[in-house]
Amino acid sequence: MNVKENIKILVIKKPLKLDCGKTINNFPLAYETYGSLNENKDNAILVFHALTGDQFVTGINPITKKDGWWSYAVGPNKSIDTNKYFVICANVIGGCMGSFGPSHKNPDTNKIYGTDFPVITINDMVNAQINLLDHFKIKKLFSVVGGSMGGMQVLQFISNYPDKAITVVPIACTSSHSAQNIAFNELGRQAIASDHNWSDGKYLSNNTLPDKGLSVARMAAHITYLSKKGLQEKFGRKLQERDSLKFGFDADFQIESYLRYQGSVFVDRFDANSYLYITRAMDYFDLVKQFDGNLSHAFKKTKAKFFVISFTSDWLYPTQENKDIVIALNAIGADVGFVEIKSDKGHDSFLLDVPDFLKTLKNFLDKSYLEI
Amino acid sequence: MKTEYKIIVDLIEGKTRVLDVGCDDGTLMESLKKNKDIDARGIEISKDKVQTCVSKGLTVIEGNAEFDLKQFPNDSFDYVILGQTLQAFVNPEIVIRELLRVGKKAIVTIPNFGHWKVRLNLLIKGTMPITESLPNNWYNTPNIHMCTIKDFVKFSKIIKFKIFKSLALTNKNISNINNSNLFYKNLFAELGIFLIEK
Repeated sequence: MNVKENIKILVIKKPLKLDCGKTINNFPLAYETYGSLNENKDNAILVFHALTGDQFVTGINPITKKDGWWSYAVGPNKSIDTNKYFVICANVIGGCMGSFGPSHKNPDTNKIYGTDFPVITINDMVNAQINLLDHFKIKKLFSVVGGSMGGMQVLQFISNYPDKAITVVPIACTSSHSAQNIAFNELGRQAIASDHNWSDGKYLSNNTLPDKGLSVARMAAHITYLSKKGLQEKFGRKLQERDSLKFGFDADFQIESYLRYQGSVFVDRFDANSYLYITRAMDYFDLVKQFDGNLSHAFKKTKAKFFVISFTSDWLYPTQENKDIVIALNAIGADVGFVEIKSDKGHDSFLLDVPDFLKTLKNFLDKSYLEI
Repeated sequence: MKTEYKIIVDLIEGKTRVLDVGCDDGTLMESLKKNKDIDARGIEISKDKVQTCVSKGLTVIEGNAEFDLKQFPNDSFDYVILGQTLQAFVNPEIVIRELLRVGKKAIVTIPNFGHWKVRLNLLIKGTMPITESLPNNWYNTPNIHMCTIKDFVKFSKIIKFKIFKSLALTNKNISNINNSNLFYKNLFAELGIFLIEK
């Protein structure tokens, strides 16, 4: 991950006071843009990425050489049409694709931060990214869009900056991380921490990598992104390149081999400490509590038009949790639409080729853009 | 556009906030937005229809009136519309109360089970009536609480809401319903359209 020339960096000079109490300044925020900003500067969409995403939304990711994480939804003539809109996406702080994160050096000690990096929150992430608006001299975004942790950032963004977006699209997300969400994240963190190579987070200084732990974390998380039905249909009990069970602990089943593969490719592109920090940020996310138990208050000041989308087979951020956002918005007479898209692809539906979703997202954005 | 929708559009004052419960493909909402500058919202139970509404630029939430009206505060709309679905609810009384809690006024339309064809159908054939506006069999109809125009008028007295205006739709002709013609309207109207208040 040292191909720095492919990464655009905005150095944020303005001090940012983090929720943990520490203040950071002169820190890098890595970002990418697609399409072009029009003269009125009214066609900008800020996309927020999920846990393991980055700023390379679409096209070929220049670092991993793979398709961008939201290639199905973002691009010319796609749901988020880059012929029409100017798409901006930043790597979250705490991340590992160029933004200020635990793999950076602490200028005070000249050592890699590791777990000395301050704990960051979803609130901190969006407060860092608001600087992009000044950078591009955008007064108001046409839309803020994101799924999963990206959706949490969408909610936090409009709550913090109620007049900075015309439309708001939180997808497959929640306003408050549930015990189950926290539990799965903790499982991932413990997998990393129990890898001997993690060395209390100092692995980069030691020239080792907690590959095994990070890979197990990814495997566990990956299961939560899929549905039981989806897994059953794709893999069932099919065997991996063998005709019969081998009575051992090698990957007999295709699903085992698939998960191992997912784990192994993940460690090539993701930093274990970033995984700890970002999952922590998700766990700390509780917009309901931020507003003393009344989610409606988070949106009281905004006139934005919301569109909430959930998926039938998403059990990680189920429809009801998305609907709670809709309910909070309706309680204050906000402009909110909502649809639950039918899909067997689980939480990952928003990243995949789910035509009803892609069409609905496109329709919402394009129709709303006509009205501004 | 259906005559029923034209009547509803006429009943509604311009520049108001309207919730269309069971907004279907959004035809009525579109007309309200276009012709009366209405701030229109919809609730629709069918995913496909919600998606159609979104493609028309309408603000619609997927939901069920019986459970999802709860989330709206008192008097949050000037009008709430319930078009030909009252008979499909498990508890029409709660739905009417919810409509009148959420809206200052409500417009409720009901397919008239007192229509002479329906009566004749049952009388002659001795089977549950199947007509143009009630095309389902008894075993697959969503309509579990059919009523007549007369029943609805009676209902208003029982659960105490005011009928501000009542119209009958007969062969695309609109007429007023009053106490003296209720018997005939109940026999000949296909649809009753009621503007009601608390």
